[in-house]
Amino acid sequence: MSQFYTSTDHFVLIPAIMLALFGCAILLFDFLVFPDPRQRKWLLLFVVLGLGFTGFGLWRQQMFLNANGLTELTAFQGSLTIDRFALFFNWIFEIASLIVAIVSYAYLEIEGEHHGEYYALMLFAQCGMFFLAAGTDLVTLFIGLELMALCFYVMVGFLRGAKRSNEAALKYLLLGAFSSGFLVYGFSIMYGLAGSTKLSDITTAIAAREPWDPMVFLAMATTAVGLLFKISAAPFHMWAPDAYEGAPTTVTAYLSVASKAASIAFLLRIFMGPLASAREAWEPLLSVVAILTMTVGNLAAVTQTNLKRLLAYSSISHAGYMLLGLIAGNDTGIKGIEVYILVYAFMNLGAFIMIVALRRKNIIGEDIEDLAGLMQKSPGYAVLMLVFMLSLAGIPPTAGFLGKYYIFLSLIETRHYLLAVVGTLYVAVAIYYYFRIVRSMFVGQLVEQAPLASSFGVRLALGVAGAMTLAIGIYPEPFLRMAQGSILR
Amino acid sequence: MGPITTAHYLALSAALLLIGTVGVLTRRNIVVILMSIELILNAVNINLIAFSAHLHQVNGQIFAIFVITDAVAEAAVGLGILIALFRNKETVLADEVNLLKW
Repeated sequence: MSQFYTSTDHFVLIPAIMLALFGCAILLFDFLVFPDPRQRKWLLLFVVLGLGFTGFGLWRQQMFLNANGLTELTAFQGSLTIDRFALFFNWIFEIASLIVAIVSYAYLEIEGEHHGEYYALMLFAQCGMFFLAAGTDLVTLFIGLELMALCFYVMVGFLRGAKRSNEAALKYLLLGAFSSGFLVYGFSIMYGLAGSTKLSDITTAIAAREPWDPMVFLAMATTAVGLLFKISAAPFHMWAPDAYEGAPTTVTAYLSVASKAASIAFLLRIFMGPLASAREAWEPLLSVVAILTMTVGNLAAVTQTNLKRLLAYSSISHAGYMLLGLIAGNDTGIKGIEVYILVYAFMNLGAFIMIVALRRKNIIGEDIEDLAGLMQKSPGYAVLMLVFMLSLAGIPPTAGFLGKYYIFLSLIETRHYLLAVVGTLYVAVAIYYYFRIVRSMFVGQLVEQAPLASSFGVRLALGVAGAMTLAIGIYPEPFLRMAQGSILR
Repeated sequence: MGPITTAHYLALSAALLLIGTVGVLTRRNIVVILMSIELILNAVNINLIAFSAHLHQVNGQIFAIFVITDAVAEAAVGLGILIALFRNKETVLADEVNLLKW
């Protein structure tokens, strides 16, 4: 009989405990201590403190791994594994939560829906993401996924009075719950195959069967539907544009970065773990999905006039590029996905925060037209947006180039020439629609004279996102080394 | 008629999954869509418990309890969002919820 809740278990669980604790504290304090709406600024302090303690826990885990030369630390009889892969993704969640939280304060005031629950939901969602990145048991992963997803359903519908927000939340919830059902159906088959919910046992059980075994195929196909939905790959992408457009912009930023990163981590855990031996069966399937995703994402983005919707389609196409790294499946590919998601976090947060700044009292500011003549009005913002757009398109010396470079390199290394060619061609399409935004900013006629909503939080967040997008592009060494060290094997 | 084997349970579960999927894809009423999603999750539960009995171990039943809990949470959030929508726009029909489209 193994011991119950050892000190290792506690050490591994600390970040999740901190997130849940501070989430609950925010709910309590919002209700009991700060009844006056003007006191809500103190809640932001709670978020920063909570994320600080979480970060400290993660940092101690990282130091512990380094000091003892360990590759992983398992807890709860193998249900949770802290390895460098889990830590890498958790750092991305930390960055995303922190940046989104400091921007949210001023934004929610303008929307007139500033409630303490928002921050609590953010922390709970991140708690779910922790389990998604660190879980190595089907039950842990499933609960982590649902914790994250349920928080996001509520956050997407956070503007209770706005029909668009209600509608986005409803569509996201219906399709999200539907896909979770498929995912967990796949999990139940995996459990039946292995007689255990541990990923390591399932890996052994599936490896003992043939790649085209019907039960393995059923488990793979249903799990894949759920996972591909979560990363918004075509043909399961339909929720993304609606949810992204209708949600409060800060939530869109968080959803597009943190939720996607967590889902990618989850996808890699499943496909590089239990399903690795069935590669023969899923590689052609995922190749078709990746091509379809890049096609839908890039072509649909061309005709959009709403910025949030345009960036939603662009984020669908980015999911397609990340899938290419999994299809290549060698170390370069996995490293490519990790670099890509790190870079994507900064550039996409930057682009969405620009839309947050466009939202002012009585001005919706979501159309490309709203950016017209931004260069004359506030050149600093215009240049930052240019950096984000260059990076999203993948043009050096910005960071976006680096992500695409490693993905394509891995495809060439594993002789997937056709996929590499298709991927490269779609970059050309992407440049067209990103430069529609750039043209509007630099050539368009200034119509709206009102200055951007530049709160301290927005300026800080944009500064960090812009600086990191350039820094990773110009001096990538430390970031590449970090990604290289966190490859999932 | 022979005894009921694990295969029978799996067939029932697959049938429920199919019925739920068809329900989600074809029904107009959002409440019925939510019910169809519950059917899918119950298909999962039958699977888990059938395997659990087949393998003579308890893991599957524990997993099933987690799935039931999740189904309840999802239904609660789903109906909450539906009520928020209903307050702004008096409808529960999926095809009348159409502000967002490309």
